[in-house]
Amino acid sequence: MASEFVQFSLTPILIGSLAAVACALPGNFLVLRRQALIGDAISHVVLPGIVVAFLVTATVSTLPMLLGAAGAAVVAVVLIEAIKRLGRIEPGAAMGVTFTALFAAGVLLLEQSDTSSVHLDVEHALMGNLESLIWLRGTGWDALVDWRALQGLPPELGRMAAACALVALLTIVFWRPLKISTFDEGFAQALNLPTTAIGLGLVVVAAMAAVAAFDAVGSIIVIAMFICPPAAARLMTNRLESQVAWSVVFAIASAVLGYVLAGYGPGWLGAHNAVSAAGMIAAVSGAILALACLFGPHRARIGAGKEASPV
Amino acid sequence: MHTLAVKLATADGRVLTPVAPADSPLAIRGLTVSYGEKPAVFSVDATFAPEAMTAIIGPNGAGKSTLLKAALGIVPRVSGDVTVFGRPLAAARSRIAYVPQRASVDWDFPTTVIDVVLMGMYRRLGLLGRLRPSHRETARACLERVGMADFADRQIGQLSGGQQQRVFLARALAQSADLYLLDEPFAGVDAATERAIIDVLKALNAERKAVVCVHHDLATVDSYFDHVFLINVRKIAEGPVATTFTSAHLQATYGGRLAMAHIEQLNIADHAS
Repeated sequence: MASEFVQFSLTPILIGSLAAVACALPGNFLVLRRQALIGDAISHVVLPGIVVAFLVTATVSTLPMLLGAAGAAVVAVVLIEAIKRLGRIEPGAAMGVTFTALFAAGVLLLEQSDTSSVHLDVEHALMGNLESLIWLRGTGWDALVDWRALQGLPPELGRMAAACALVALLTIVFWRPLKISTFDEGFAQALNLPTTAIGLGLVVVAAMAAVAAFDAVGSIIVIAMFICPPAAARLMTNRLESQVAWSVVFAIASAVLGYVLAGYGPGWLGAHNAVSAAGMIAAVSGAILALACLFGPHRARIGAGKEASPV
Repeated sequence: MHTLAVKLATADGRVLTPVAPADSPLAIRGLTVSYGEKPAVFSVDATFAPEAMTAIIGPNGAGKSTLLKAALGIVPRVSGDVTVFGRPLAAARSRIAYVPQRASVDWDFPTTVIDVVLMGMYRRLGLLGRLRPSHRETARACLERVGMADFADRQIGQLSGGQQQRVFLARALAQSADLYLLDEPFAGVDAATERAIIDVLKALNAERKAVVCVHHDLATVDSYFDHVFLINVRKIAEGPVATTFTSAHLQATYGGRLAMAHIEQLNIADHAS
């Protein structure tokens, strides 16, 4: 039992948790800035960028993918501005049109190109390949101290751990400017904080987390993790520090519970097939948000939902 | 000197005084700000008096808040130069404390009263500087000054409008500046808060700090402030209340919108004539 768990469940759970945390951290600030949709947008725009990067370089490696995703993000921003100005359409609609169109273009591109040699297809783009990130050499818990076995770890684990560590480091280093400019942009500017660069940096970090997570877990988890854990965490506390801590707890809980439920849940119900881990992880994060909405201690805040009135 | 500012001033039939007086806490030359095609602030010169309490007065949309924001570099300037205590803005930023309009932030933000005040100490703390007990004590002392010490650990969304305004003022106090710029500090607050805020501002002024407020209530100008700056996109007048806060200048500022009868109600002693 233990060896089966280490071989088939430990690494996917770890990778899922790291991806969830990497997305949830910037997600906190996106939700507070009322830019939650940007997380959604990024994960959509990433797809055509990644496909183009693959077509150009013919490899699935991190740097070209990041560049491709960044290029796609620039195209998206230009398109949104163009639609807003030429079509005189409100920003939300312009965003929605651009992201779905780019995602659809990515799907078409993916379908038409020869990606049979690598893990890159529409299903993978949506749901990742979490279940296949197994650790065959991990024949038991003692494999964790066996150098030869450790070399057999899926490369996604190292990549995701590095991305998650980088996101966490940036969040800690830039905590104060992020907090001040998210709460009161005018005051932050008066302090001479580079608010535009901070806002842009936040989106870039979110995009980086999305690209890193995309490869392993797919866009369904990315979208869910940007929004669900931070939104649920906001209902648990009235302090930003504890909100971020709660969001990490919820992200990990979603990944672990989601993976276990997807793998073993159907068996408990007498069915034989496991269900999609990515889908289940996203669904669990949604369920956590629903529970927080119903039972969270700070769900009935004074002033919640009250718009700032012009004076 | 900004060449565009000179051009605009020339077109306006004025000669720019090129050098701002070094003792002025905030001097603005040829400031023009535009949000769309129409300028919000046009070719404005301002020389705020040292160690004074100045009210910026004008009708809605006259560019009062914009003047402050442009002076701080929060909104981009089309033209104009800003000097703070005789030095360029960038070199003297740490001597300014700014209180934005209360309605400009989301008070549902997950943070406590003391945390907001600590934001005023960012310049001293820096990116990763350790938060010491002494910083917290200073923040508490600032809350004490505005009568909000008992609310230090409250979530900011649980405060009334007046209390929120006092917290903003406490954050400005934590910046320990020499020039205080406040955007409508009395807007939508209760009488007790208005009293508390003006007391703090007068105490700051007694410590030789300069205070500049965007102000709406013409009836309190005389008792709260010693200088006024009248603006309606262009500058109308500036100077001591006694000589500048006159019915003629108010007529020029508010146009037909402020009836003569209203001005008379204010009991303005017309020293100007």
